Amino acid sequence: MRDFWKALSRNRLAVIGGAVVAVLGLLAVLAPAIAPWDPNRPDVRKILDAPSSRHLLGTDQLGRDVLSRMLFGARVSLAVGFVSVGIAATIGILLGSAAGYHGGMVDAAIMRVVDLMLVFPRFFLLLAVLAFLKPSIWTIMAVIGLTGWMGVARLVRAEFLALKEREFVLWSQSVGASAFRITWRHILPNAMAPVLVAMTLGIPAAILTESGLSFLGLGVQPPHATWGNILNEGKDAIELAWWLSVYPGIAILVTVLSYNLLGEGIRDALDPRLRQSAGRVVSRGR
Amino acid sequence: MLAYALRRLLLAVPLLIGITFVSFLVIHLAPGDPVEIQTGDMSQQHSAQAYKALQELYGLDQPLHVRYWNWLSRIVRLDFGRSFAPHGRPVITMIAERLPITLLLNVIELLIIVSLAVPIGVLSATRQYSTFDKITTIFVFVGFATPDFWLALLLMILFGVQLGWLPISGLRSLNWEYMTFWQQQVDFLSHLLLPILVATFGGLAGFSRYMRQSMLEVVRQDYIQSARAKGLAERVVIGKHALRNAMLPIVTILGLSLPGLIGGSVIVEWIFAIPGMGQLMVQAAFERDYPVLMGNLVIVSSLTLFANLMADLTYSLVDPRIRVGRRRR
Repeated sequence: MRDFWKALSRNRLAVIGGAVVAVLGLLAVLAPAIAPWDPNRPDVRKILDAPSSRHLLGTDQLGRDVLSRMLFGARVSLAVGFVSVGIAATIGILLGSAAGYHGGMVDAAIMRVVDLMLVFPRFFLLLAVLAFLKPSIWTIMAVIGLTGWMGVARLVRAEFLALKEREFVLWSQSVGASAFRITWRHILPNAMAPVLVAMTLGIPAAILTESGLSFLGLGVQPPHATWGNILNEGKDAIELAWWLSVYPGIAILVTVLSYNLLGEGIRDALDPRLRQSAGRVVSRGR
Repeated sequence: MLAYALRRLLLAVPLLIGITFVSFLVIHLAPGDPVEIQTGDMSQQHSAQAYKALQELYGLDQPLHVRYWNWLSRIVRLDFGRSFAPHGRPVITMIAERLPITLLLNVIELLIIVSLAVPIGVLSATRQYSTFDKITTIFVFVGFATPDFWLALLLMILFGVQLGWLPISGLRSLNWEYMTFWQQQVDFLSHLLLPILVATFGGLAGFSRYMRQSMLEVVRQDYIQSARAKGLAERVVIGKHALRNAMLPIVTILGLSLPGLIGGSVIVEWIFAIPGMGQLMVQAAFERDYPVLMGNLVIVSSLTLFANLMADLTYSLVDPRIRVGRRRR
């Protein structure tokens, strides 16, 4: 564990990424306290005001303060990122461990479901589902999670396939431990490292997906501010108010970049063998 | 080879059935009734009558498995029903109009990505940790983190609004019909330029990274050492011995990344108002036009399945290790 921290702290980019991630989390938590204006209060006298000392990032079509809306938007983005990845990881771990441990028919059945889910272009599937659901933060979290578990399932399965032949598992089996106990107490803890990396890299992918959906107008709905739907409003005022289109995008870019740097850093620190080749590709949120 | 191809084809059949099953299930189990939405703005009494009529028309009063079977027996004949939109056109003709545009976009996109990503990947792998490698690494990380719709907005502001150099929506200008043939081609290309630029950006980052990774693994192999030991020029070692083998995984990744590329074109098509499958899908989602949604989902994922199959077969054709290895098992 100490080796891990040492390796991670030596990776400058990962440290920067981690610091930005921490600051973003703090800003999101503290949004109600530090936002200079009420994010949802319209003001007809200040429609589409350019950035100024009173409104650092300008105002939108309804005269709402963009900075305050972006601070509250950070809460939505991060919450969607964490919860949907949590859902995806839970499903992925359950199915992946069942497939890897039991093998045979169970494995074949689960992996065919994974194959099936993977042939659907994710955005098409998301749009089809969202067309019939009442859009809210919770449905967004659920659908992103439910369409994003396949990677974790494959990862966990591969780990289980390798680990279940090892001595400590054979030993547990021979002393009569139940499959449940072996799976959860003995194999899973040893398989968690790559899952944690996948989860760290899954958060930015989920944030990109959410902002894309909100941008289309099928994600989190106004008046809830999210980076995606501020950009959506910005698109309609593209000739009048560049600040509506520029700042939320920078926020998404910085957030996703930081999580990716942190995630890659964690992976390299966990697995020194990979460090030299340094370059598995992170998944994009589509 | 033939046996391998046949086995892959057979494996695709249950997946194809699975695609129709999931597409059907997703839309029929979701709460929110398409008929209710269509009749939502009528008066109470009329809407009750219309509701019943529409329900019978679309067979929505039948049990789920009967509806699935009916639907399935129609879609094998490529009959996806009619759109719920007022024009009520057959879904298959709507898709037939739009599919070529999306395919064209994706093919151009893939060609550009591969032709740029391969040299970038090879260069950054053979000059690992050089300035070029570091710059492309930065580009890769930024490319991954840039939302494509945001990039599209920025380019629209810059080239469309500020500079006024390029059109920002549709595929043709309003005065298309009055142009000469060559003007029309130029006009068409200038409409495609920004969408393709945006769509290529993210994919390029990924592929150049894969290529670099794959190349790095190959150049450490023994046979590269022996090629060098034979005294071959470095250009031949890299360009011939290493590159050929480093390209192999790219074929698979190309197939696997297709759903991502097609999915990505949804947002790009929507922003640039390009009449393709993605734009159709978003419109249908807004209007809850469920014959269109189901038809789109089935066609797009079947095409993806087909493309994956092609990639698999190509892979086994160029790399005999795959076929032999699987047969032994």
